[in-house]
Formats: sequence, C-alpha cells, structure tokens
Amino acid sequence: MIREKLVMVGNGMAGVRAIEELLKLEPEMYRISVFGAEPHPNYNRIMLSPVLAGEKKVDEIILNSREWYAEQGIDLYTGDPVVEIDRINRRVKSASGVSLDYDRLLLATGSNPFIIPVPGAHLPGVIGFRDIQDVEAMLEASRAYSKAVVIGGGLLGLEAANGLMKNGMQVTVVHLMDILMERQLDKPAAELLKASLEANGLRFLMQAQTAAVLGEERVTGVQFADGSSVEADLVVMAVGIRPNMALGQKAGLYCERGIVVNDTMQTYDPRIYAVGECVQHRGNCYGLVAPLFEQARVCANHLARLGYGRYEGSVTSTKLKVTGIDLFSAGMFNEQDEDETLVLQDPAQGVYKKLVIRDNRIKGAVMYGDTLDGSWYFQLMREGTDISGFRNTILFGQHDLGDAGHGDGTRLLSLPDDAEICGCNGVCKGEIVNAITSKGLFTLDEVRAHTKASASCGSCTGLVESLLASTVGEGYSEAPSKKPLCGCTGHSHDEVIGVIRDLKLKSMPAVREVLNWKTPDGCASCRPALNYYLLANWPGEYRDDAQSRFINERAHGNIQKDGTYSVVPRMFGGLCTPGELRAIADVAEKFRVPEIKVTGGQRIDLFGVKKEDLPSVWKDLSAAGFVSGHAYGKALRTVKTCAGKTWCRFGTQNSTGLGVKLETLTWGSWMPHKFKMAVSGCPRNCAEATIKDFGVVCVDSGYELHIGGNGGIKVRITDLLCKVGSEEEVLEYSAAFIQLYREEAHYLERTAPWVERVGLNYIKARLLEDETGRRALYDRFRHSQQFFQDDPWKARAEGAEAHEFTPLQIAGLASNLS
Amino acid sequence: MNDWIAVARLDEIPRLGARKIVTDTVEIALFRNSNDQVFAIRDRCPHKGGPLSQGIVYGTSVSCPLHNWRIDLASGEAMGPDQGCVTTYPVKVEQGRIYLSTVVDQTAVGSDAGSR
Ligand code: SRM
Ligand SMILES: Cc1cc2nc3c(=O)[nH]c(=O)nc-3n(C[C@H](O)[C@H](O)[C@H](O)COP(=O)(O)OP(=O)(O)OC[C@H]3O[C@@H](n4cnc5c(N)ncnc54)[C@H](O)[C@@H]3O)c2cc1C
Ligand code: SF4
Ligand code: FES
Repeated sequence: MIREKLVMVGNGMAGVRAIEELLKLEPEMYRISVFGAEPHPNYNRIMLSPVLAGEKKVDEIILNSREWYAEQGIDLYTGDPVVEIDRINRRVKSASGVSLDYDRLLLATGSNPFIIPVPGAHLPGVIGFRDIQDVEAMLEASRAYSKAVVIGGGLLGLEAANGLMKNGMQVTVVHLMDILMERQLDKPAAELLKASLEANGLRFLMQAQTAAVLGEERVTGVQFADGSSVEADLVVMAVGIRPNMALGQKAGLYCERGIVVNDTMQTYDPRIYAVGECVQHRGNCYGLVAPLFEQARVCANHLARLGYGRYEGSVTSTKLKVTGIDLFSAGMFNEQDEDETLVLQDPAQGVYKKLVIRDNRIKGAVMYGDTLDGSWYFQLMREGTDISGFRNTILFGQHDLGDAGHGDGTRLLSLPDDAEICGCNGVCKGEIVNAITSKGLFTLDEVRAHTKASASCGSCTGLVESLLASTVGEGYSEAPSKKPLCGCTGHSHDEVIGVIRDLKLKSMPAVREVLNWKTPDGCASCRPALNYYLLANWPGEYRDDAQSRFINERAHGNIQKDGTYSVVPRMFGGLCTPGELRAIADVAEKFRVPEIKVTGGQRIDLFGVKKEDLPSVWKDLSAAGFVSGHAYGKALRTVKTCAGKTWCRFGTQNSTGLGVKLETLTWGSWMPHKFKMAVSGCPRNCAEATIKDFGVVCVDSGYELHIGGNGGIKVRITDLLCKVGSEEEVLEYSAAFIQLYREEAHYLERTAPWVERVGLNYIKARLLEDETGRRALYDRFRHSQQFFQDDPWKARAEGAEAHEFTPLQIAGLASNLS
Repeated sequence: MNDWIAVARLDEIPRLGARKIVTDTVEIALFRNSNDQVFAIRDRCPHKGGPLSQGIVYGTSVSCPLHNWRIDLASGEAMGPDQGCVTTYPVKVEQGRIYLSTVVDQTAVGSDAGSR
C-alpha cells in the first residue's frame, strides 16, 4: 500500500499531539514529515517558567525525543522553517531549500509574542518569553546584569518576573491596568496576589504606559507616557501573543485573527488542517494547551478518516505557576447585572473565593490562597450543574463533606513530597509530581496509568487533579466537553444510551457497528457498560452476556484476594428467623466457611468459599428460603431498617415493615451502580437513611423521601425529594426514582454524582411535577422486575452456567508444567 | 519435540471466556477469544497473583479481575505501563479439540516471578 503524505509545519505542542493521536488511531496511514523552526524536538513549553526559575533543566522538558520521531518513522527537519506553501502543486518549501509534496498538510505554527512598537523596541536586551532561546537569553542576562523590567502583569509576565527574580535580578513589573492579571482575576484577588509578590521582592508600576525603550547599543531603561522612567538592563515584553498565521496568509488561506478552521479543524482548503494557537475557531483563539489538545484529538480523528469528531470550543481555567502562590480562575469571573456572587474572604489566612452564579449555575470562579476545590468548581461549571441543592455550603468546598482516607491534611502545596496521596496504592506526592514532569503527563488518565494514583477507589482524584494543575498549570485537563465512554469509541455515555434507545439497538455488535467502535470486542470498560444499557432498555428481550460482566457478577459472589468468594444471602429489611440463622450456621459448618461476619448492611457474610463449592452452598441456602443478596453487584443491595414503631418508644411508623416491602419490590434489579436504601422510624435516623441512595425518614405525619446520599468515599448527605402520606406512595416514588436512575445515569455513576450532575430540580420535575411521567416510570420498573426477580443462585444451583464453576481436571498432566 | 495432551473441546470454553485447568502442580487458564483462537497461560497474575481465568477477555488480552492489569494472552506480558510476565503454554486446536503441550516455551519461563 502506498502511504499518503502528511506534512506538519510547526513542531510544537499542539501539532505533535495531533500526530500522536493520529498514530494511535492509524499508525500506517501516512508517511509523516515534520518541520520545526526551532532547533529542538518537541518540548513542553509550559515548563519554560520552571526552567527560568531554576526548578527544571531544559533536557527535562523534552516531550518527544529525536529517537521517538525515528521510531515512528517520521522525517524531522528542525531549525528549518517552512517558507512557502504551493497549494496548486501541493508542495511546501523550507528555508534550507527542502521541498516536499503533501496529500494533507497540518499547520501548527503557534503564535508570536507581541512586541509593542515603541521606539527602541528592537534594541538588544529586549525580548519576548516564548521559547528556549528566550529563556537562555534571560538566564545569560541575569548573570551579566542586575536590573530587569517586565512589561505586562499577566500570567506570562508574572512567571517571567518571578523567574528572573529567582536568578538574582531586581525586577520591576510594568502594567497598563490597575489590576494584575485582569483577564483572570477580579480586584480583590489581584490585590492579594500583588501583596504577596511584593513580599517576595517584586516591584510594580501600575497604570504605566510604555512610551519608549531607552538605550544606544543595548537597552538601558524604559520611559513612560507621563515622562518618568526606570533603569533596565533587560526588558521582557509579555503583553500578549499574536497567532502566527503569516505562512497560511501568504498561501491565500482565509484568515482573520488566526487561520480560520471549522469544527473538524479544516481550513478553507480541504487538504489543509490547522491546530493550536495559530487557529481561530468560531471566533476564538486559544492560548492554553487544554483546548489545543482537544483540537488535536479532533483533527487526528479526521486525518484518520473516522469522521465523527467535532471540536465545539472550550471553557478554560487558569492557574499561575509561581511556587508558593495558589490561585485559580475560570469562566466569567466579573459579574454582570443579572448575576449573583458568593464570596468568602478571610484576610488573616490570605484566602479569597468568589463564585459568579446565574440561574443557580456557576459562570465563573476566582480563588486565591486555597484552590483545592478549583477543579470541582470548574467541573460544575463545565457541566452546567444546578447547584441549588448545596449552594449554602459550596464555598466551603467539596472536601468539607469528607474525603475518606485523607483526613484534614489536604492542603496540597504545603504537603511534603512523601505525603501519601493515593491510600489504595500507596503513591506519594513526590512520585506523582515526578511522573508528571519527567514523563510529560497532562491528563488524569495518564497519571493513573503511570503511577496508579487515583486508579483504584478514586477518592484522591481531586488531589491528583490539583497536583496536575499546580504542576503543569492550566494545561492539565483535556477539558472534554463530552468524555468518550472508553478508548474504544469517541462517543459519550449519553450518546450511546440515546442511540440504543432511538435506533432500538438490541445487541452489542449492533451498537459497536452503528457507532463505529474501534475494537472488535470492546474492552473491560465498555463491555459491562453496554451490557447494562441493553439490559436496562430491553428487559425480557436482551439476553445478558455473562462474558461482559465482571467476575463478581458472573460468579454471583465477591472475589477475594486469594481467589475464593464471599456469600451474602438477602435478609429482607435486616430481619431473620431462628430457622434462617440455623440454616446459615449449617452451611458454614458443612462447607467449612473460614469466617462469618455481620456486615455493615445488616446481614451475614460468609467469607472464603471456594468457587467450586458455590453452587452447593447456594443450593442449601435456597432450600432454606434465601435468595442472593447481590452484595457483589451493580444492583439493589440492602434496605437497612431500624426497630420502628413496633418496639421503639420513639417510632412513628412501621419502618421495619416498610423496609421489607421496599426490598421485596426492588430486589434483583440491575442498576448503573450499587443502590442502597434505608428506612428510619423517626428523625433520630438510626438506619442512617440520609446517606443512602434512597432513604425514608418516618415522621408522625408521614414519610420524608431523601435521595442521592452516599456514605462511602465521599460522604454526601441526601437531598429531600418530598414528603408523602402513605406507604403506597413511598413504594411508587422509590420505584420511579430507581427507574429514572436506571434509564438515564451513566454506568458506574452512583446516585450522588448523578443527582449533582442533572440537578435536584430536574429530578423533582420528573417525579413530582409530572404525575403521569412518574406513573410511567413506576410501570416500566414493575415490567422490568418481572424478568429480574429470579434468583441467580437458585438457577446456578440447578445447573445454569455450570462451566463457570467446574474447572477442567487433568490428572497426571505432567509435573514439568510448573 | 512436543507432547500434546487433549484437555477440552473448544465448545467447552465460552467465547470471550476461559476455563481453569487444574493439574497436579499448577493451575492453567485456557482462553478462547472472539475469533476462536485459544491461549493457555498460567492462572496467576504477575501483579499479585490474581486468577486471570476470571477476567474479562477482549482482542488477544485479558484484564485481571483483581486490579485490572491487562495481560497479552499470546506473550504473557503485562501491557501498558505495567511490567511483568506470566508463563504461556503451547496450545493447538484440531477438529474442535484443544491440545496442550507439556513442553513449555523456555524463553517465556523464568520471568514469571509470581508476584513483584
Ligand atoms: C461486606 C461489607 C463490609 C462489612 O463487612 O460490613 C462490604 C464489603 C465491600 N465493599 Fe462496601 N461493604 C459493605 C458495606 C458498605 C457500606 C455500608 C452500608 O452499605 O451501609 C458502605 C458505605 C455506604 C455507601 O455505599 O454509600 C460501603 C462502601 C463501599 C464502597 C464505596 C462506595 C462509594 O460510592 O463511595 C466500595 C467501592 C465501590 O463500590 O467501588 C465498596 C466495596 C466493597 C467491596 C465490594 C470491595 C471489592 O470490590 O471487593 C467489599 C467486598 C468484600 C467482600 O469480599 O465481601 N464498599 N460498603 C459490607 C456489605 C454490606 C452488605 O451487606 O451488602
Ligand atoms: C512561558 C510560557 C508558559 C506557559 N504556561 C502555560 C501554562 O501554564 N498552561 C498552559 O495551558 N499553557 C501555557 N503556555 C501556553 C502554551 O505553551 C501554548 O498554548 C502551546 O505551546 C501552544 O501550542 P502550539 O503548538 O499552538 O504552538 P507552539 O508550541 O508555540 O508550537 C509552534 C511551533 O511552530 C514553530 N513554527 C512557527 N512557524 C513555523 C514555520 N513556518 N515552519 C516551521 N515551524 C514553525 C515555532 O517555532 C514553534 O516551535 C505557556 C507558554 C509560555 C511561553
Ligand atoms: S471491606 Fe470495604 S472498607 Fe474494608 S477493605 Fe474492603 S473495600 Fe475497604
Ligand atoms: S493481581 Fe492482577 S492486577 Fe493485581
């Protein structure tokens, strides 16, 4: 096969990311050549600030070594800018005279620092802050001279000023406005920032308009519009960047502020794509890597001829990479007339947080001094989450609700390198930071793959994201407006659910076919998800696929670290009889169960049962009337109850009986994630109903229904849905709530994050305001329960899926196999 | 020289599934993928000894049921950033019967450290 020729111009962060994404999709499709004006292979431009500050060395920030290009079969031309594009003959020409034909051309020429056109701006000693050469020039100047002026009090200017100061220079920052970083900060936050930078030793000249750079052979000072001046041996202009579109413009491509592209990253010439800072998309130019990486992914998708990716623009957030300064900003942080603001100000601790809210949704955030919750606010903002349910505590942050296993010690920056971040896998802060910088990681998934941090229970995800943010700056997340279900597809959960429903797809191959899955069998992430979606949508029609279930659900028990299983029979509402207890005891003795334990869910767990024994154990339990407790499944788990009116002197209703009814109605139903309920007989709430997925608190006048609680990794207190007057209503509302969750939540999303994502008001609208809709949900739940309320244990005890439980015995298969 | 032993019929293993073979000395996981290719590897994850036969199978790999390491069924190597290797055994399918060889591919042994 003859490969098509792809030429990429601009060997920087966006372009090379697009090539990497392309190679993942179609490693063989193109013969690739890359031209870069700089003499280096692709490096992490973001890290220039730490290099300048002496915290990193140049060779530590290389992202793709020359060997990488060679291994991928890419022809690399460094230090050789492309000077001409001949679109008629589809050919590019470089400064050194190399001439190459292309079938597809990718422009990723980045941007140039803007140099204010004042007299003297060309003098030696006046530079921008953009590449390795600039950093080298600054480091050299810092060794020979002492006075530096940085023009521009934005992100880049402050990072440059901080770096120069660290190199022993006396630095003055000149800023046109009266607010530092006015594009990211409001006045109070900017004042705090200025005060702490001043305390570090920086000087500021605010509202100063540069009129001229002074000097003869080299810069000696800067003069301002009001006639005053300062001395300077080095002037760094950091007043902004301009998309570098000269090459495209010369070739006649349509440009405005940047090279104009559509949602597939194609320019007006269909053979030419463009990504990165040189691009203008829907009127916006971006200067941060997160959106550029998203562009790169979409561009690769089209270069690989997959044709479904779309770039729809990005919301960006900002962090300043000055060690010791903790600052976060995102979205529209300056309120307009119709907006409301929530502010928390604690001058003594140097903490300031502001959220701009419109219609109960976050529009923007500025934080100073304590930015731990920045990524949480950012997520709420991107997803347009309705915050009315937790508005009154939102400023105290998410960690306020408890982050199991991390205690209070979550002030990230102050943590020592050996502080344990991931309690499951024992990964420390230093290890994570090291992996991020040395391996050039930008996303949570990459950190998970390389360090295992946050890869297990996920409770440290927020901490790892914050580490990413503070290590690589705002470039950390891919800011996916829609996150693909897994690596096998570009489609999100919602798209997959929608297609299954709208096109009435009833098998896994059909879904994969219609949505162009990249892998023939899917993977361990998407198979269980698809199996659930099909099961939930087509009860009675879709046949469950055992091979697409995790072992726990396939074997109907929890796998233990030694490969044995645990068995938890259902005890409806936590009630049991002497006969049932006796039956459990008999089973335990007969099969020599090594440990019996009362679980946190009011029932009994038999630990350490051998897989081969499972069917016989279940047979005996079935005979005594037990069904599976689904303690292993993404399914209805337990319904906890308290003593209630029958015995307790405070009980207002029959909580135990109601719990049994709830469990009888709902057991056996498969869910996106596990689902727990509880009924407490009075507001003393002994059954802990307010941290359950669905909780009932009985009161004298009826039943309070609570939803979306979670007692696990991140404790979340339920939201009050409503109050009802009868047990029948409790049953109907619970089933309708469950069905809504079953139909609309993403696989592996518990009710707590789901309720936060879609908003309490949405759920109220579906369950309270729409009576017919509620009734229909209830009916659909009842319909589906016909098929799922048969006991999997009984079926297997009677011989179903026997191969799962019987190993092949090959006696005498020789010992040399060991 | 290979010494082939018949161990099962192809249809005794579910597609995209596995069966465990218990021998006198080791436990072996026998996998069948969606193209009816069959693989035999030691039933012991190089990470912490998880029973690989209980994992989810896709392409030519399996995800360990305990902590999700992904193992290549043909080479026995852990994939992605994880490192480790498990012994593989030669298998062949003839007329719907699966044969396992007792002669282990020597290059693959030795690196099966059991756990790290
Ligand atoms: C057996 C039990 C501990 C006990 O002895 O008390 C238990 C055992 C396990 N829990 Fe649990 N949880 C048990 C009650 C709980 C509770 C308390 C409760 O239900 O009232 C909670 C907190 C409440 C909640 O879920 O909101 C709880 C929160 C978790 C979590 C965190 C869930 C979360 O959303 O944050 C996990 C991890 C997960 O699901 O991914 C988990 C996972 C597990 C697993 C399945 C870990 C695993 O994947 O292997 C444990 C299985 C052990 C085994 O082999 O059986 N377990 N687990 C409890 C079984 C209750 C039952 O009868 O079914
Ligand atoms: C000091 C500094 C700190 C930063 N900090 C952050 C941060 O914390 N977070 C964040 O998200 N972003 C940060 N950025 C911005 C980020 O680095 C850029 O958004 C990103 O590098 C842009 O990628 P790009 O590929 O579009 O351009 P570049 O990475 O600039 O790559 C473009 C390349 O094309 C080359 N080129 C131009 N013309 C030609 C030609 N005709 N022929 C061949 N090659 C050509 C250029 O020399 C350059 O190497 C920072 C930038 C700087 C300078
Ligand atoms: S039972 Fe629950 S809390 Fe205990 S170790 Fe297992 S997952 Fe953790
Ligand atoms: S034992 Fe297999 S992944 Fe841990």
